[in-house]
Amino acid sequence: MDKPYALLAELTYACPLHCPYCSNPVALEHYRDELTTDEWQRVFAEAADLGVLQLHLSGGEPMQRHDIVDLVQCANALGMYTNLITSGLGFSTRRAEQLRDAGLDHVQVSIQADERGLSDQIAGTASFERKHEVTRLVKKLDWPLTLNVVLHRQNIDRIGAILDMAAVMGADRIELANTQYYGWAGRNRAELLPSRDQLERAESVVRAARGRLGDGMEIIYVIPDYYSQYPKPCMDGWARRQFTVVPNGEALPCPAAHELARALRLPGTNVRKHSLEWIWAESPLFQQFRGDQWMPDPCRSCERREIDFGGCRCQAFALTGDAASTDPVCHLSPDHGLVEAAVMAANDPTRPRDGVMIPRPNPGRTRSQIPLEVRP
Amino acid sequence: MEIADEAARPRLARHVRLRFDRARGQYALLSPETIWVLNDTGVAIVELCDSRRTIADIQSELRSRYDQVADGDVRRFVTDLVTKHGMEIDHG
Repeated sequence: MDKPYALLAELTYACPLHCPYCSNPVALEHYRDELTTDEWQRVFAEAADLGVLQLHLSGGEPMQRHDIVDLVQCANALGMYTNLITSGLGFSTRRAEQLRDAGLDHVQVSIQADERGLSDQIAGTASFERKHEVTRLVKKLDWPLTLNVVLHRQNIDRIGAILDMAAVMGADRIELANTQYYGWAGRNRAELLPSRDQLERAESVVRAARGRLGDGMEIIYVIPDYYSQYPKPCMDGWARRQFTVVPNGEALPCPAAHELARALRLPGTNVRKHSLEWIWAESPLFQQFRGDQWMPDPCRSCERREIDFGGCRCQAFALTGDAASTDPVCHLSPDHGLVEAAVMAANDPTRPRDGVMIPRPNPGRTRSQIPLEVRP
Repeated sequence: MEIADEAARPRLARHVRLRFDRARGQYALLSPETIWVLNDTGVAIVELCDSRRTIADIQSELRSRYDQVADGDVRRFVTDLVTKHGMEIDHG
């Protein structure tokens, strides 16, 4: 069995933004009993022992955790590469400097569009100006700047202007990833999935920008898998390279596996009850889809089974109700019609424009990370 | 211009760190999305990429340490990492 290289720590699902493309679970209220500082630090130490080298600190909005500096410091002392994935809200000059001193290696800032009106509308809150300030702060503190823009039907036509904005900001990298339809994004899929024309235009803009910008800015562009012939090699295989711990301590092989894990009714994988070593090596959930023994046909006999690992278990579960089925994105899947129907609807010329999306709510938090201190 | 010629002075990109991976007993280059596992020669090259030494300097320094250093080894290694945004180079 391989050792895990990366841990995605979803520290909290509290978030001041309300992006309808959010991949966090719909049942946010199940995750309000967050791990304490001590518990996260124990998780990081066990992860480092297991072989984890990269730690992604995310959420929700990880800056909502009052102990974020302590958590970074702990991970850094353990020798892990630390990557903060933030909306920028809560990233003040003082806290940024503290994070810098704590050894934070990399900051990834999300932005929703290149213009204030659209960006704030998608985020569901005024945040565009603040995000610009944060990108300047990241540069000033000499971190490399990675921008992350989730693409969908309502902003993908702005991709050229988004790339120009990133260049003006002096971004070192920009991730332009089309929405993946988990959690809230799954609910809003009909309003998020772009048309084929939109995608073709976006791809040609990205190609031109790569030629124009050369090595100046790394552009990572990810198409929506609904338009691919084959599924994505999700997580590089189930419980093979990385895993996720969500705010209440449940460990998952994939950041979108909340509902799937519940539906399988397997023994729990909460870090409050089990060691990470047991969870990674022994827990039935992590073993469930490891390797290729679980695969049905057409995957079992497919020469691509080592390339895409049967696609995404969470997508298979979300679309078919059976987590062990072939990812319906694959054109060989017996359930591919489900994806074709969504694509057809997105390309229907009689489709009404701009319907309503459900904003992702802010669940708030129940536990304080600041212990009360009595000073003499 | 070639990505990395003999006079190029390579260094790790700012966001890349060289770390010893205790669990697997090997060195690795870490970046936000990528991990490059290094062999001994790779580690030696990375440690010499200090933005002062040229590729030619690094090649000759490696030759003095190891028997099996072929022409172009360092250039290929650096070019590969530059292409993947793991290294940056100053020319001239």
